Amino acid sequence: MAVGADWQQADRTPLIYDRSHPGRRGVRLPAPDVPALDEAALLGPALARTAPLGLPEVAENDVVRHYTALSQMNYGVDTGFYPLGSCTMKYNPKVNEWVAALPGFQRVHPLQPEDTVPGLLEFLASMESILGEISGMDAVTLQPAAGAQGEFTGVLLMRALIRARGEERHTLIIPDSAHGTNPATAAMAGYRVAVVPSNVRGGVDLAALRGLVNGDTAGLMLTNPNTLGLFEDEILEIADVVHSAGGLLYYDGANANAILGEVRPGDMGFDVVHLNLHKTFSTPHGGGGPGSGPVGVKAVLEPFLPGPRLHRAPSGALSWDDDRPQSIGKVRSYYGNVGIVLRALAYILSHGPDGLREVAHTAVLNANYLRARLAERYPTRYDRSVMHEFVLTLAGQKERGASALDVAKRLIDYGVYPPTVYFPLVVKEALMVEPTETESKETLDRFADALAAIDQEIDATPDALKTAPHHTPVGRLDEAEAARRPNIRWSAGGGRPEPTGP
Amino acid sequence: MRYIPHTADDRAAMLAAIGLSDTLSLFGDIPAAARLGRPLRVPGPLTEMELQATMRRDAAQNRSVEDLVCFLGGQFYDRFIPAAVGALAGRGEFATSYTPYQPELSQGTLAAIYEFQSMMAGLTGLAAAQASMYDGASAVAEAALLAMDTTQRLTVVMDRGVFPESRQVAATYVTARGGRVVVPAPDQSLEELLASLAEPPAAVVVQQPDVLGRVRDLRPLAAWAHERGALAMAAADPVALALIEPPGRMGFDVVVGEGQPLGNGLQYGGPTFGFFCVQDALVRRLPGRVVGATQDGAHKRGYVLTLQAREQHIRRERATSNICSNHSLNALQATIYLALLGPEGLREVARLSTAKAHYVVDRLTALPGFARMAPDAPYLFEVALTVPGSVADLNRHLLDRGILGGWDMGRWDRAWAGGWQLAVTEQRTRAELDQLVEAVASWR
Repeated sequence: MAVGADWQQADRTPLIYDRSHPGRRGVRLPAPDVPALDEAALLGPALARTAPLGLPEVAENDVVRHYTALSQMNYGVDTGFYPLGSCTMKYNPKVNEWVAALPGFQRVHPLQPEDTVPGLLEFLASMESILGEISGMDAVTLQPAAGAQGEFTGVLLMRALIRARGEERHTLIIPDSAHGTNPATAAMAGYRVAVVPSNVRGGVDLAALRGLVNGDTAGLMLTNPNTLGLFEDEILEIADVVHSAGGLLYYDGANANAILGEVRPGDMGFDVVHLNLHKTFSTPHGGGGPGSGPVGVKAVLEPFLPGPRLHRAPSGALSWDDDRPQSIGKVRSYYGNVGIVLRALAYILSHGPDGLREVAHTAVLNANYLRARLAERYPTRYDRSVMHEFVLTLAGQKERGASALDVAKRLIDYGVYPPTVYFPLVVKEALMVEPTETESKETLDRFADALAAIDQEIDATPDALKTAPHHTPVGRLDEAEAARRPNIRWSAGGGRPEPTGP
Repeated sequence: MRYIPHTADDRAAMLAAIGLSDTLSLFGDIPAAARLGRPLRVPGPLTEMELQATMRRDAAQNRSVEDLVCFLGGQFYDRFIPAAVGALAGRGEFATSYTPYQPELSQGTLAAIYEFQSMMAGLTGLAAAQASMYDGASAVAEAALLAMDTTQRLTVVMDRGVFPESRQVAATYVTARGGRVVVPAPDQSLEELLASLAEPPAAVVVQQPDVLGRVRDLRPLAAWAHERGALAMAAADPVALALIEPPGRMGFDVVVGEGQPLGNGLQYGGPTFGFFCVQDALVRRLPGRVVGATQDGAHKRGYVLTLQAREQHIRRERATSNICSNHSLNALQATIYLALLGPEGLREVARLSTAKAHYVVDRLTALPGFARMAPDAPYLFEVALTVPGSVADLNRHLLDRGILGGWDMGRWDRAWAGGWQLAVTEQRTRAELDQLVEAVASWR
């Protein structure tokens, strides 16, 4: 924390509006080199804007100081350890940013003629085939903007194939441990959701699954390893049950970091897969995005993919082909998050085949090592070796008076971003830890030591947990109050600017 | 292997701690029949030095707007981006952070989103905004779903003037939910289509300015919709909103749009962001994340994600949308851009672009056979022209002279065959505009 940083003196999280001063400007534009236009005359009183724009008036230095201050109130992977389960907060290599910023990639308009962007199209084509190889799929679209949009695309592809077979099916089966996006996606596509419970080993309950599938089953959405960090070791039987009923298998790629180069969704029996480039392939999360959620399919689903698709002419030249009569339609404008795809491609090229497998092996080693270090005080509900992440249950700590949330908030005082709390829903007082492969043994040891110390504090100094965190710009915020009386935009109230309700 | 810190000793010590001799035994749950059992067939590895050399060479194969004079638009514009935007948004504390679920460690992201929501609500003339969508097209699609849920109706009327990318994405989303998108026939006006409807729709969606460049008075449309219990929705260009009365002030309920023009690079179409603003009564129906102000135990003002009971991680199949990752970093770029420009700066960007567009269009339409496709309404900085002959041929002629000509609109929609959509930004100099006119005049 820099000495004298503005926000340390502030009694509140600052806003750019606090610095606004009428007449100040951050950027000046060149004087017009064409005759000026009278916009009032052009638009007339019905169309010309009368409402104020409501933007702050600040100098460039104000803007730089303000957003630098805000950045200092944030915590990223660049700041420190970020063991957020299911999010794969691995290190984001700087060279990937450099690649995406090259003018030949960055300063290119989506409507440029294809023959002006041959290098870019070659990269996109090679990324499609690389992701197909990694996931064991025959065709890939890079269009979906995020994992959830990939899921949506995948579910629509499944329906298109089922309809092409002359059938209508209305139910998607989803495990009780699934990410919230799975059921939300199913609903968005108009499907009914049937929940399959977990068995005593933390996997899909095969007997329950057999009881659920029928002629209305469109498919099963599954994450493997699942959100408990456990590999579904009955996956081939699961696939068989779903396929025998005429359904399809959807692979949620959120946890693909654990399996790179060891096993592929296509070889496990999955028909459709999405990959989160912002998880497995190291592109930065950006405070909530942008991500990228390419979707891979088996050949039988290829005709239904969103257009346009890259087409290679006999001459070798690539172009966009939008003549796809069976397509589910577009899910996003143009070609997806190309800038994110380029970063992920740079990451894959940096690693090569052995490097990618090493990623998975190290991520799994780190998770198992950390789990072992914590086992004495923090048990996992299922006594099996885990893949890339694990879920602790803090039921014992809860009985001693500290919730998973208290422990998470206290971890902040130890300089760590807290793991995911209260997810998955099938574990009581869950703390979901994913260390990733880019963290060293010392970092993992420090984290384990911090959790051990906190466990002792529960009995010795319980207030230290209840009032945590202690060194952040703000303490625990009143979320109930925020939802009860939403104040979601600033407005100038006169005098000192204070936020008011909409 | 370049980002893994472990030494051989580290690995040995860690394996010893868990009582194993190798990491492969940790993969024992994977059925043998499913194992890959061979190396992945992917290229690499490359050192950073090799990677930079390769990428620099391949990027150089592409022609960019750095060496071509760009008149392409279609919701993506070659606008000026001040250096401070990238310098600030690129800071690792912003770029490498996750969704701000832990507010004590995320006040930077949260405060910036709160500012973003405030700025976008102000620009569109509405009460509230959410934290960002993937792009303008998916924002239009999610707006259509919001209308279907709110009204419990299945038909969404979309003007033909809505950008085709948005219309197509909306059709995918609406059809998936069991609804339908109805678009006026090529020879039919929106008003004629509305008059012919047997039942009132969930919403009427228009683009402002529309794909032909027209700026229109939307008040009658808002009145028509509200009389029938439908929602009035607009997709708007955020820079144009600096000059024109925003749809929110013309009675519209929802205003969405593509955010690329606000401080985001072209990047061959993404990532950018979409914005999504609503009137007061629809706040709890917003898709995606919303940030609100609150206070901590010491009454210190801070920001949190709020109204989360709408969202997938809480509501699962009853959520308003499945959106999880949004485009936060792109929205941050827009926030910084708008702060740098301020109200006067943004107006100047729109004014300069408009003056330059009118300068060049006046000269082009003085050439034989060139005319505006929709001369009945004013336009700003993007406009559709008809040309005497093949648009593709004209564009090839221009490309040979270093110019990215306007878009061949017939490739979007047969109704616009022969249409040439020209976009002019504040970055085009008079010399470049004269160069375009001269090149067009030399065609044929």
